Amino acid sequence: MCASRVETAPSFGRLKQWFRGQLRNIAPFLTLLFLVVFFGFASPSFATMDNLGNILSQVSVTGIIAAGLTFVILTAEIDLSVGSVANATGIVAAFFTLQATSVNIANIALPGWAAIVLALGSCLSLGLVNALGITRIGIPSFIMTLAMLQIGNGVCAMLVRGQIAYSVPPLILTLGSKSIGGVPWLVIVAALTLFAGHIVLAYTRFGRYVYMVGGNREAAEYSGVNIRLIIAAVMIISAMCSGVAGMLGVAYFGSAQQNEFDSYLLDAISAVVVGGTSLFGGRGGMGNTVVGLFVLGVLNNGLDQINIDSFLKILIRGLILLGALIINVYAERLRAPDSTAAA
Amino acid sequence: MVTSTSGAAPPLLELSGISKSFGGVEALRDVDFSVAAGEIHGLVGENGTGKSTLMKIIAGVHTEYRGTMRIDGTEVRFRSARDALAAGIGMVHQELSVVPDLSVAENVFLGMQPLGRLGFIDWRGLVRSARAQLRNLGLDEVDVRAPLRSLPIGMQQLVEVSRVLYSGARIIILDEPTSALSPPEIERLFDVLRRLRASGKSIIFISHFLNDVLSVSDTLTIFRNGRKIVTTKVTREIDKGWIIKRMIGIGHEELEESYTGEIQLSSRQDAPVALETEKMSFGHAYHDVSLRIRAGEVLGVYGFMGCGQLELARTLFGKLQPTGGTLRIGGQAVRLRSTAAAWRTGVAFVPESRRSMLFAHEPIYKNVSISILGRLSRLWLKPAREREIASRHVKSLSIRPTSVEVPLGSLSGGNQQKVALAKWLTHDPKVLILSEPTRGMDVGAKQDVVRIIRGLRDQGMGILVVSTEPETVLALADRVLVMKKGSIAREFANEAISKDRLLGEA
Repeated sequence: MCASRVETAPSFGRLKQWFRGQLRNIAPFLTLLFLVVFFGFASPSFATMDNLGNILSQVSVTGIIAAGLTFVILTAEIDLSVGSVANATGIVAAFFTLQATSVNIANIALPGWAAIVLALGSCLSLGLVNALGITRIGIPSFIMTLAMLQIGNGVCAMLVRGQIAYSVPPLILTLGSKSIGGVPWLVIVAALTLFAGHIVLAYTRFGRYVYMVGGNREAAEYSGVNIRLIIAAVMIISAMCSGVAGMLGVAYFGSAQQNEFDSYLLDAISAVVVGGTSLFGGRGGMGNTVVGLFVLGVLNNGLDQINIDSFLKILIRGLILLGALIINVYAERLRAPDSTAAA
Repeated sequence: MVTSTSGAAPPLLELSGISKSFGGVEALRDVDFSVAAGEIHGLVGENGTGKSTLMKIIAGVHTEYRGTMRIDGTEVRFRSARDALAAGIGMVHQELSVVPDLSVAENVFLGMQPLGRLGFIDWRGLVRSARAQLRNLGLDEVDVRAPLRSLPIGMQQLVEVSRVLYSGARIIILDEPTSALSPPEIERLFDVLRRLRASGKSIIFISHFLNDVLSVSDTLTIFRNGRKIVTTKVTREIDKGWIIKRMIGIGHEELEESYTGEIQLSSRQDAPVALETEKMSFGHAYHDVSLRIRAGEVLGVYGFMGCGQLELARTLFGKLQPTGGTLRIGGQAVRLRSTAAAWRTGVAFVPESRRSMLFAHEPIYKNVSISILGRLSRLWLKPAREREIASRHVKSLSIRPTSVEVPLGSLSGGNQQKVALAKWLTHDPKVLILSEPTRGMDVGAKQDVVRIIRGLRDQGMGILVVSTEPETVLALADRVLVMKKGSIAREFANEAISKDRLLGEA
């Protein structure tokens, strides 16, 4: 129906309309505000500078992964292999580093730079396989990256065979576990990654294409956008971010072993979605992801500070994610009448 | 032609004084319509004349209307399609509602499978009843266990008819059932319809194919502009020309010049060929289509819904891969593997559905600039430039509202279409393919779109306009091809053309 819009809507209606449109940006922010105030009153140790530092360190590895995942979710695809690619990359970096004699892994010691290059090469190739599977063969990203999750886990298992490695290249050790002027390098890397992601999404042609492919894939195709190329690129960006997070994570944890990134898949997806980036693609961005990261970080940290059953924590996180999903879908539906009325 | 209608008995279905409007636009004005038991009633009229609206009222889809409806003399008012079905009215829509991967038998009983004890589906009973059901329609040879997709489209349609019958329908509405069928399939469908008539069922048959309507109907009703023009018994005197005259209103007080007025086509035979196809085919949709689009001309392709013109447009833009024939762009034989490849060779496409070419949540300027981003910037976006270009187009095409920051979804349909065209004003492709460029627009917006397209043509662009609306083709084209069931039936070039001639060829 081609109902033409009344030009002079009452200003209250306008405000309501604006609020509806901005729901996905406002809701996560209010959630964050609420959590900060709540934990601030509930625990004396929460609202301190030290604890802020803790929260930042705690969300950094997730943050690097979530930066890459934001690209993927904006195109309305998904990457379930981020945790396993991170794990594999971290293990590759350790595998090519000289380990203490007590470590019982048949590893190959190479110079630090070579180990890093090989590690980056492995996450690049895993991302490339994802990209080709989705865009060339046409496997839905959900299934393709589910397979890649297994493959990444397989690579980890083959390399460490149930053992634990501890040493990583010196550069990785510095970036993952050292600080400069009291600020952990890890936090700086995460901040730079998220910032760079924002710049790419908001100010480059590629970033615009990412939004357009997610917003209306068919229209992007008819406008001459090479959608396969864009989707391939976001899958590779996601794998590269996961790889960097995996290497630094190994240094942050102080060990490289199987399954140590298992919880990061859920955390990264939660951060992106809780932040308000649309699961249907096209709306949201790096700013949303940053807010989402803080919501998760504050929640995890705050629940540790107050006296609460640690098993209940898991349930609470699940409920928060459910709440975010409801808002996400609801926000999508609120906007929907606009497009149907005019189409 | 034999009719079993008896003059005395009340008609099976009778509507009187039906009016219906959509948002101030009157779709039906005071229509009386009746169907007798054991009658095949043909319904013809152009697009948007109210046929479908009336059928949807009968089938309980539209529930708000003025006027009364009676079945067997009793007044009824349906609140839903379910109500209508319960009262014995079934509709087979143009878009089949079947599940291709389920078996034929399951499709016959879709949603009403016979259940055995414990509520499980009684498979043996299902197969047996499906076979009996189809045999009643004269379809003995169908393997009811085979997946429906393995059947030709005509048989699938008959399976849907049998489902509607099984649901107890006494009045069956068929919307454009023959558009995708081959002549033998049509004969088969008509056999089934005649058999149903003999068993006392009534059929309402909507079609653009006048020969089909004439060959099977007992009675015929013609619609124009939301009014019933005439209902008549189909006799020898009634032929295609007789119907077309009444469909478009020749000899009536509402004579509109655009219907009968002749338009002189003139095309430039000397201009270079921008795009050319030779014996191109795509699956069952169309075959052996050879056409040329010259620089600086608008080639119109007219045909009914489902005659293959939509697929043709998509093949030229690389969205579909042709199954045969060659495509030459600028004299070079090419194979377009993707729309991005078509883009690079200078072919652009505006699909018939606005939803599939515009970004409703994004502001106007991003919708305009998407097609030229590659030229505006390599790496960094230049939003100021984008806004400037978009503002220029918004002004020159008088798009409302004038702010380029407004999300596209809040614009009216006509303005959205203008935005979609604005993309090409800057991009400047060699060949522009437009599918239904003026569908659903008001007169003012239509004129604007015609003006824009003529402007692009005068710049030397080769333009292909594909439409099911004769007015659109006549308003725009310098040369016209008529498509009929997947191939080109007639070319009009450098001659006078009018709407009735166009309709007569299709």
